[in-house]
Amino acid sequence: MGPTTAGSPLLELEGITKRFPGVVANDRVDFDVRPGEVHTLLGENGAGKSTLMKILYGLYHADEGEIRLRGEPVTIDSPSDAIEQGIGMIHQHFMLVPTLTVAENVALGLPSGRRLLQDLSPVQQRIRELSEIYGLQVDPDAYIWQLAVGERQRVEIMKAIYRDVSLLILDEPTSVLTPAEVDDLFVTLRQMTDGGRGLVFISHKLHEVMSLSDRITVLRGGRVTGRTVPSETSREQLAHMMVGREVRLAPNRSEADVADARLTISALEVLGDRGTPAVTDFDLEVRSGEVVGIAGVSGNGQRELAEALAGLRPAASGTVVMNGVETTAKTPKEIRRLGVSYIPEERMRDGAIGEFSVAENLILTSHDLPPTSRRGFLNFKQIETGCSDLVRRFTVKTPSLETPTANLSGGNIQKLIIARELSGEPEVLIASQPTRGVDIGAAEYIHTVLMDQRAGGIAILLISEDLDEVIGLSDRIAVMFEGRVMGILDQEEATVQRLGLLMAGVSDGEAEERAGRQPAGSGPV
Amino acid sequence: MSDFLTVSVLLATLASGIRLATPFLLAALGETIGQRSGVLNLGVEGVMLLGAYGAYYATLRTDSILFGILVSLIVGGVMGIVYGVVTLALKAEQGISGIGIFIFGLGLSDLLFQKQVGTPTPIDGLGDVAVPLLGDLPWVGEVIFHQNVLVYVAFLLVPVLWFVINRTPFGLNVRAVGETPEAADSLGVSVDRTRYITIFVGNAMAGLAGGALALELGIFQQNLTNGHGFIAIALVYFGAWRPSGVMAGAMVFGLVSATVLQWKTLGIVVGTTASIVGMFPAVLTILVLVLVSRRTGQPSALTRPFERGH
Ligand SMILES: Nc1ncnc2c1ncn2[C@@H]1O[C@H](COP(=O)(O)OP(=O)(O)OP(=O)(O)O)[C@@H](O)[C@H]1O
Ligand SMILES: [Mg+2]
Repeated sequence: MGPTTAGSPLLELEGITKRFPGVVANDRVDFDVRPGEVHTLLGENGAGKSTLMKILYGLYHADEGEIRLRGEPVTIDSPSDAIEQGIGMIHQHFMLVPTLTVAENVALGLPSGRRLLQDLSPVQQRIRELSEIYGLQVDPDAYIWQLAVGERQRVEIMKAIYRDVSLLILDEPTSVLTPAEVDDLFVTLRQMTDGGRGLVFISHKLHEVMSLSDRITVLRGGRVTGRTVPSETSREQLAHMMVGREVRLAPNRSEADVADARLTISALEVLGDRGTPAVTDFDLEVRSGEVVGIAGVSGNGQRELAEALAGLRPAASGTVVMNGVETTAKTPKEIRRLGVSYIPEERMRDGAIGEFSVAENLILTSHDLPPTSRRGFLNFKQIETGCSDLVRRFTVKTPSLETPTANLSGGNIQKLIIARELSGEPEVLIASQPTRGVDIGAAEYIHTVLMDQRAGGIAILLISEDLDEVIGLSDRIAVMFEGRVMGILDQEEATVQRLGLLMAGVSDGEAEERAGRQPAGSGPV
Repeated sequence: MSDFLTVSVLLATLASGIRLATPFLLAALGETIGQRSGVLNLGVEGVMLLGAYGAYYATLRTDSILFGILVSLIVGGVMGIVYGVVTLALKAEQGISGIGIFIFGLGLSDLLFQKQVGTPTPIDGLGDVAVPLLGDLPWVGEVIFHQNVLVYVAFLLVPVLWFVINRTPFGLNVRAVGETPEAADSLGVSVDRTRYITIFVGNAMAGLAGGALALELGIFQQNLTNGHGFIAIALVYFGAWRPSGVMAGAMVFGLVSATVLQWKTLGIVVGTTASIVGMFPAVLTILVLVLVSRRTGQPSALTRPFERGH
């Protein structure tokens, strides 16, 4: 742990208030960060965490309040002001230009060493050095669009490290990372605080908060509702502070009747963005009433697999049979009509339209079907009641159904898409990272819904990098490595250790051999 | 037809094709830089008309072609500032504002012409300049290196623009702003400033394109450009937002136009056939656009105004 008492604050926010139409996002918030510490901001979706940080980064203007850096009052009107003050921010949603390379994204906005000429070679060189020092694997020449989300997050961190910021805001940096990647990130972050930098950390994962934070501030409804330190609290207590009620942290699994196969994948091969096979020789079967989890480090073909199943990416060869129909040649719409729902991994990109209202996004996949529409006309009464019900059940925090979706907090957009996909009463559900970015209260609800759906006889393919979630929900777990199934474990035999080995590409046989040679439990997890 | 297939006629057609391609190329390159930063300008035609009139009138009054060229650039630049304020500061819808600029340019250039000149008075057009040494090359010299100065400028701008877009920090900003303005903004790159510059430069080039046309023809008349500006916009799509692609498109267009002109002159096509063949370049563009153009390369933020905090 870093120092928790000594040192005058690097940053002080005092009495920050920010109002949006219909909500007070921040209500007289006080917050400070000392050099060398990690100060965590905790709160449910829509509590006002991102808003507070965007004010600090010059993206929003506070209606009231003061910002002081190293004791001096400052005005931060734009990100350039923030950068000038040595503030960096990792945003909740990627701020990367997909058509540019990693090095170009890092160099963006920086003065070039050769003035009017863009010389990327020193940038590439420096990225390689920093990769080495901070253990951040990034290829400076890769294009962002080719990278998996975990890799993209490393580029975001690289951007901040490259700029040598003294205060770094991390708005849910881990929501897209695997446990191993999170561990690596934390090592990097600790390296940063050891150098005297201050960090603001935002996450919905309580064990991360407990292990990384020096101090914790809890926001609810825009107000500070509690301050604590990890040594004086517990995950349960934090959850209670955030949500204001008891939260069940582990999902409740009941018995379900497993019946016939609803989703059968045989010898599937799918090409990735680079034109090389991302999924090869893939066989898997999901039966009704069963949850099959897919665990794996991001970038091992999970995204391509999910997209191929949803009809968004062509299959190079092999077959997929859903509900008795071969679907590799079908369009996404035809696949949906077969009773297949899909919760995409990149929900901001693939799942919702920002300019559309909450209600419009909720009916996006059902707008041409009864009861949402009748004889070509939208049925507004039905939309109104249906959408209000979804918004309430999934606790989507929004001022109204007409609010543009882009104005919702990140986690609430996630909930919105999940609500839509689970509302269609699917028979097969493909869920990619269903609780990524949502708060624990909502995660609890989503898990309950998934378990209810399973009990109701739906076949669920759950792709998740959250091992606790995979183990907690799945009946069987397939581990994906380099596009293949490394092994399939039953729920009872799945442990974080065994999964971790498979995820690293060590087959079960090899693992046993190793276990024989090494004392148990010292595996690379 | 045999008249057409002689070496001298073919060479002359090629040379004239390159010359005819020039205004398209200048305007399309200007539109390219604007679109790469995410701004669509449908008003190119209007800016070209104003640039053409400016160049014509300045040359008529001062007898200085160089001054005429300068005026067309300035007129284009001023229109760029206007368009920048309308679309960036006032955040007006780009498609509609562009059409407004077109109508404004069409009307104002004609009005000024009627008031200030009245009867069409020809001016001395741009003379050809032979490039030393290269101009003496057989065939190639005749086709490529005996052209007016704006032809050289336009074609030199192709690699220059490529270089600026792909090899300078400013070009990096342009690409980022046209693709993901939020990301650029979050790193302190001013989205508006970048777009003001590209709009300014792009419109100045459109003005120059108009000037090139007027000085080439040595005359001004109502609607002199006759669709050049709109075709230039199509060429940007045709060229997939790359200067080299845009140049290829402009060349196809120039060569087809030159061939049609030559056939008319030689009497290979006459009467109604001539008018129908005269439509060939436009039809060809549409066909090629439909067949060739893919949206790959289109800047994602094209026509999307940027506002911080969304
Ligand atoms: N640009 C905006 N316009 C209108 N309302 C907004 C805007 N940005 C945020 N809000 C509202 O402000 C509140 C706080 O949002 P904020 O994004 O700060 O939440 P958060 O704590 O970061 O939540 P999450 O965990 O979901 O990211 C929400 O009710 C949200 O709808
Ligand atoms: Mg947030």
